Amino acid sequence: MAGPMPNDFWYAIPLIVSVSLVYSATRHEDMNLIWRHAIRAGVWIVGLMALILAVLFVISTYVV
Amino acid sequence: MSKQSETRETLDLKDRMFAGVLAWLIPGAGHFYQGRHAKATIFCVCILGLFVFGMVLGDGRVVYAQWQPGKYRRWPFLCQVGVGAPSLPALVTSYQNADSFFGTKMYVVPDWQPKGEDQPTELDNLHNSLNRRFEMGTVYTMIAGLLNILVIYDAVAGPAYGLVRRGPPDKEEKDKDEKDNKEEESPATATA
Repeated sequence: MAGPMPNDFWYAIPLIVSVSLVYSATRHEDMNLIWRHAIRAGVWIVGLMALILAVLFVISTYVV
Repeated sequence: MSKQSETRETLDLKDRMFAGVLAWLIPGAGHFYQGRHAKATIFCVCILGLFVFGMVLGDGRVVYAQWQPGKYRRWPFLCQVGVGAPSLPALVTSYQNADSFFGTKMYVVPDWQPKGEDQPTELDNLHNSLNRRFEMGTVYTMIAGLLNILVIYDAVAGPAYGLVRRGPPDKEEKDKDEKDNKEEESPATATA
């Protein structure tokens, strides 16, 4: 039986880090460019997720 | 063109197809074979890390192959198989209809056929006991497999944006290029 789960948001961190790193590493060969692109991609992913969270929050609070 | 620019623009991918197969079998192995060690490390740690973490979350039960048209198809496995060798035992256990894998239940297809009303199947029990971990583990392992497809493409065709730096070169790079150019020109001027 699995134990209690921590906040679900924590589970997004390894995914965001891995996805942004692997994605940017397939775009560039230069390590500096990879790190820079990975940080940009990570910020984009977090921003997009925050936007979707806000939209869903508004819908669930005020619309439904 | 300076020496540095030339090396920046060329990349020996060796045997591309072999590298692609290696990249599928073990994430990062294709790049290691091509001598792209830093990227190989990134791919290996990130993708295998995601896959293993997903397996741990799902108690090793989230990666299994089941394909019975009209009955039960395990669609996530199509993504999970992208990670290569770590997912292949699922095919073996499915083919052999095995009920254990080296003494564990890892990769084994859970019993999903309903036995009667109010009789939970093994798959139902897994969902009940693992709760969201079952879905989380499935998602983690699926994303690991999908990311490895990008890695295979990179091993076969090289980086998507090529090897040339886009935009104006930074100052340090410019200085190095100028220095290289001077070094190349100096022997010619000396002989003239």
